[in-house]
Amino acid sequence: MDKPRVKVPQKVKAGEPFEVKVLISHTMESGQRTDEATGQKIPRMIINSFTCKLDGEVVFSATLHPAVSANPYLAFYVVADKSGELEFVWVDDSGDTATATRTIEVT
Amino acid sequence: MIHTPLPKACFTRRRLLQQTVAVWAMTLPALPLAADSPAVQAAIDAIIGDRDAESGELSLTTPAIAENGNTVPIAVAAGGRFTADDYVEAIHILAPGNPVPEVVSFHFTPRSGYARAATRIRLAETQDVIAIAELSDGRVWRTANEVKVTIGGCGG
Repeated sequence: MDKPRVKVPQKVKAGEPFEVKVLISHTMESGQRTDEATGQKIPRMIINSFTCKLDGEVVFSATLHPAVSANPYLAFYVVADKSGELEFVWVDDSGDTATATRTIEVT
Repeated sequence: MIHTPLPKACFTRRRLLQQTVAVWAMTLPALPLAADSPAVQAAIDAIIGDRDAESGELSLTTPAIAENGNTVPIAVAAGGRFTADDYVEAIHILAPGNPVPEVVSFHFTPRSGYARAATRIRLAETQDVIAIAELSDGRVWRTANEVKVTIGGCGG
């Protein structure tokens, strides 16, 4: 799980929802595939949760199941009343986390 | 083309539109929903419980045909602009034809502004993708779209 990419507008208007797009590298191993060399099932290893916080408060989150494609992409909306920091956290089945932050300027 | 004077009560474009919308709205609660398999029904029951699902203002955008079931773009939108006490709490996506019917759940807060989200999903086969929205007042909206899948997306 690496290379979190986040796209947010540089400046946003107070109280007006803006779109946030995030993407992260992860195989999202579904647990349904079989390793052809060994005949063993490849164990499930997916990002199972994503959270977006604005100044520490959760504004959007998602629960992911194995049917979310590899390198999961998410788009959603956020409203801000004042400038602040957006924090993005991805968690996978092994408990690993990836984090990204973006400062947004509210005009 | 021959123009004849229209009687006063005849259809204007506006009236026709209003009536069309009215008729459409009346038929909404009666939309037939396809029967679900037990596993899918269990997944739906876990979300809805004993509430009644209406079609409401929930839209699910999917391609009619997905050539590659490994990455099918989907988008959902429900209702309008949120207020502090009137908003959409969650939208759940289910794929009844997949080994695991649950796909993704989006959880919104009043600070999301809109119940709009997009992602890319795996579809094992041609199926009706289901979206279920839970509103802050307890109501439930449900819709579904058929996606034809050319190459399944759950690996061998």
